[in-house]
Amino acid sequence: MIVDSFLLSVKNLRHRGLRSWLTLLGIFIGVTAVVALISLGNSLQVAVGSQFGVGQTELITIQAGGVSFGPPGSGAVIPLDIDDFRAIEKLSGVERIAGRYLAAGKLEYNDKVVFGYIASVPDGDNRDFIYDQLEKGALKGRLLKDGESGKVFLGYNFYVDKVGLDKVVIPGKNVLINDESFEVIGILEKKGSFMFDNAVYMNDQDVDDLYDYGDEFDAIIVQLKDNDDMDNMKLEIEKALRKSRGVKEGEEDFDVSTPEAMLSTVNGILGGVQAFIIIVALISVFIGALGIVNTMTTSVLERKKEIGIMKSIGARNEHIFMQFFIESGLLGLLGGLVGVIFGTLIGVFGTLGINSWLGADLGINISFGLIFFSLLGSFLIGAVAGIVPAMNASKENPVEALRG
Amino acid sequence: MTKKSESVVIELRNVFKHYYMGENIVKAVDGISIKVEKGEFVAIMGPSGSGKSTAMNLVGSLDVPTRGHIFLDGEDISLLSESDLAQIRGKKIGFIFQSFNLIPNLTAKENVMIPMMFQGVDIFEREKIAEDLLSLVELGDRADHYPNELSGGQRQRVAIARSLANDPEVILADEPTGNLDTKTGKIVMEFLEKLNRQGKTIIMVTHEPELAQNHAGIIYSLLDGKVDKITKKNNGFTKVAKEKLKKLKYSGKK
Repeated sequence: MIVDSFLLSVKNLRHRGLRSWLTLLGIFIGVTAVVALISLGNSLQVAVGSQFGVGQTELITIQAGGVSFGPPGSGAVIPLDIDDFRAIEKLSGVERIAGRYLAAGKLEYNDKVVFGYIASVPDGDNRDFIYDQLEKGALKGRLLKDGESGKVFLGYNFYVDKVGLDKVVIPGKNVLINDESFEVIGILEKKGSFMFDNAVYMNDQDVDDLYDYGDEFDAIIVQLKDNDDMDNMKLEIEKALRKSRGVKEGEEDFDVSTPEAMLSTVNGILGGVQAFIIIVALISVFIGALGIVNTMTTSVLERKKEIGIMKSIGARNEHIFMQFFIESGLLGLLGGLVGVIFGTLIGVFGTLGINSWLGADLGINISFGLIFFSLLGSFLIGAVAGIVPAMNASKENPVEALRG
Repeated sequence: MTKKSESVVIELRNVFKHYYMGENIVKAVDGISIKVEKGEFVAIMGPSGSGKSTAMNLVGSLDVPTRGHIFLDGEDISLLSESDLAQIRGKKIGFIFQSFNLIPNLTAKENVMIPMMFQGVDIFEREKIAEDLLSLVELGDRADHYPNELSGGQRQRVAIARSLANDPEVILADEPTGNLDTKTGKIVMEFLEKLNRQGKTIIMVTHEPELAQNHAGIIYSLLDGKVDKITKKNNGFTKVAKEKLKKLKYSGKK
């Protein structure tokens, strides 16, 4: 009986007009949103994460002023100094440590002026440490070496003219930074985050000459011997800094942030966006279900005579009910099917887009379970929406229904 | 039961159907008794408002009486639930309507298959029977056409094929030629006569006296919800049907 009702419903659906299909928009949009969101999930997290400079290298970053990722230099109340640096360096779990300058600066090229920030690169072992953290090499030219002066390399956005200079900067050209001339020797590969792609990279000594940092730093970055020790080390660093800076617990004028902390911030933001999209999707699906109730009710009225015919040739109430019930479910299923296709396409192209944007190689996260449950869910929503119209149809009196 | 009553297919025993419209009672059928025997060609006649449509609905078990009893094959169907009624009429009664009442979204063959679906006939068998029946009404080559691709006469023949799908005891034809021109109407009537000769009981509702007189063996004329006149022709049986009935009786079948 169910198979028969199914076949009959398919036949009936084939003759449905545009109006019926339009009512499926709600289900379609809802399912598209959910499928796209889940397919993109991982890629989205990496994409947003990279915007906030969450890299794959596990580092602890210490900044003054208690801001996690504020514009460097702006929020520093009492800067980190060499005493703070040494206090951390002494801790046993520290593998490598580097102090960094992240200065706001003015860059002039092609008679245009832009403001950005300058990231320092230290000499010696710590140079490798910073380059490791960048995770990228030179796209054009080369990166800086120890002892070089009057030279810089630039973030990717200078090379593709995204910083507002109206002209690409290529290695070999000179730029004016804070009115001093510097030779551009290379372009860093694309990172996908403005924090890296818009930066000017300069050796420590040059930055100090320009800004006179002395014994102070904008940030201290620490690599641990054992990354599993991250949480514990965060506490130890905080304790050491409280002592060296003479502040009490709860009144810290510095911020020690771990990748997990940054990641959880990112996830928090993403979670909010995802929750919003899910709510919109649910509303769409609900409206879609109402649309199906509407179109099925109309259909029952339009096909009153057909119901009468079916009854006169032997259809029991259950037959009529099943036919409309399944037809309604199939309507939902169709909406869901189109939604799954679109959602998957968004997932695929979204991931490809993020990959080319970040130069990453993220996998596409499509699960057959997701597709199956989306389709099943769509069918059930349609079927549930069809219950009342189908019941009304099945209860039609054959004599009256035949009159049409 | 006596042997005689075994040959009764449908019996309306003092049946009333009253409708309440506000304070007025419409006595659509007001105490009629009709007995239809196996193999008969019965016509129910009457002007509009005579109650013949209501009578037809009662005979076809589409409707239940306010009072009185209706027996289909010896079973009192006046007390059955709507679904059980549907099951029984699907099996024992084949309907032919004035406006054909084919389902527009289905092909001729599918239309013929539908009644068998409700009786749980296997889909392959359904297809085979439907093809055979369409050949019987000389529409074998139109099996995959949709109703709107067929002429009125062809549609009515599809409807005849459909009415035969479950090999019912009775064919109930409601103004079968009402929407057809004289020529195609005649063809349709020839098919009904042929079926009658093969032993099918035919009950035809019509307002055309000529049609009733030319084809039916017994005519019930209704007026104001009552049986006004019963006209029997040739003792109520066509010759062939009578012989068939004899055979049935001797073989002891119902």
